[in-house]
Amino acid sequence: MTAAPSPASFVTPAHGLGVRLEHLGKQFGAKRVLDHIDLAIPAGQFVAIVGKSGCGKSTLLRLVSGLDEPSSGRIVFDGAHDGEALRIMFQEPRLLPWARVLSNAEVGLPASVKGEQRHARAHAILAEVGLADRAGEWPSVLSGGQKQRVALARALASGPRLLALDEPLGALDALTRIEMQSLIERIWLEQRFTAILVTHDVSEALALADRVLLIDGGRVALDLDVPLPRPRQRGSAELARLEGRILDQLFAA
Amino acid sequence: MSLAELDSNVAAAPAPAPAEAPGRASGKPAARRPRFAAVESRIAGWVLPALLILGWEYLSETGFIAANVLPAPSAVALAGWNAIKSGELFHHMGVSSLRALAGLAVGGVIGLVFGIANGLWALSYRYTDTTLQMVRNVPHLALIPLVILWFGIDEEAKLFLVALGVFFPIYINTLHGVRTVDPQLIEMGRVYGMSRLTLFRRVILPGALPSIFVGLRFALGIMWLTLIVAETIAASSGLGYMAMQAREFLLVDIVVLAILIYALLGKLADVLTRWLERACLQWHPAFQTPAE
Repeated sequence: MTAAPSPASFVTPAHGLGVRLEHLGKQFGAKRVLDHIDLAIPAGQFVAIVGKSGCGKSTLLRLVSGLDEPSSGRIVFDGAHDGEALRIMFQEPRLLPWARVLSNAEVGLPASVKGEQRHARAHAILAEVGLADRAGEWPSVLSGGQKQRVALARALASGPRLLALDEPLGALDALTRIEMQSLIERIWLEQRFTAILVTHDVSEALALADRVLLIDGGRVALDLDVPLPRPRQRGSAELARLEGRILDQLFAA
Repeated sequence: MSLAELDSNVAAAPAPAPAEAPGRASGKPAARRPRFAAVESRIAGWVLPALLILGWEYLSETGFIAANVLPAPSAVALAGWNAIKSGELFHHMGVSSLRALAGLAVGGVIGLVFGIANGLWALSYRYTDTTLQMVRNVPHLALIPLVILWFGIDEEAKLFLVALGVFFPIYINTLHGVRTVDPQLIEMGRVYGMSRLTLFRRVILPGALPSIFVGLRFALGIMWLTLIVAETIAASSGLGYMAMQAREFLLVDIVVLAILIYALLGKLADVLTRWLERACLQWHPAFQTPAE
């Protein structure tokens, strides 16, 4: 907590948080959205969850991040999973419009960090996402991609051990999305937190993840390892082959 | 009685000050256009009032408007000057402003507290909102006879009426503001571990603020209206009282003066609110100056 706030040390050396889902189920009224999901996500893994819209992938993420309570089964973490260890990044930036960019990034810091330390750490994390020079701006003047980068800075500020990403790039244009993907990959490689990315974009899942889960009908329909080296070559034959396999499975059902 | 004394000074009148404004604007050379444009945009709102006053002065001067119906602007200005010299004007203005602000503070704070409480807690809303809405539908000025019976014509009467009048716009707009704060931001605040107090201070209150300001501006209008009526009917000082006294002595210029001062005070309150709004809502795209 008392480490000097240099750009490289804005977080204590993070290690991922492993999660195990045991017979996890979620029902909304009579509708069964998730049905007996059994899944182990080892610490530090980058998992992408894909599926058709309404398949329950976002519900799964909300259960893991504690936003909703499961109807059955349980979630076991291999360590503390309080607010600072487990952060979520939403599809919308959800920045406070009345707070400057720096102050928005500070929202992610633990309450125990005070005064100058807060500013310094928030500055360091903004520099990490390439927005150090926009610290004094209002969110309303930023572009969609920049807003989402501030949201990423806010999510990373506490040095989380598990980061849940709920389609954070879904609303961005194609070029900005590729930029953001490299940014997320770079930071993940540095910090090695466990990342769970929900996306509807199969190529995005393959560009980033160690493992792709396909959810269909409330169950895990496909659990695919992606053992390709990083950074991955966009449009390479291996990626195309894996993408074909996932899409086949998706539309076969 | 100094009011009677003022009346005798009406005859010889100097040209009124506001009439200078349009003359200054048209006298500028066209060479420095940007500066001319800046001056023009600043005084544009005052051109029409100035022309009206000039026309009114002219019609009074030529005798078209009788002085005992509507005195010339110069006569009103002179009456104002004399009232300033005798200290009477500032005394009455001070009394009225103090009443207005005290009523606004009391009614505004109560409205804010109820608005926030009912916006945040369903229980408080269920038990109080119906009652408040019923009371709202009684025109508060209809209570004047009752208020006089209760408080006589003392300060409490005015304070009560103004506070009651400003309570509702502030209550309703605060309630609306608190209830319409983006639920996604509230969820974000919860997930990011904000305490209830922090959540209120950093998310709910700033989110409700634009709406609270709308309420404040409605309240200011109601504040002056209530005060004028209350002072006209039951008071022993203040601008309304000054106007009613002047009516008894047929001092039309003082009556007109009082009306103009109400207009000025209303404008002043509006300017102050705008300034406050600009200071508090800098983040809002509607309040950001494009040339930043």
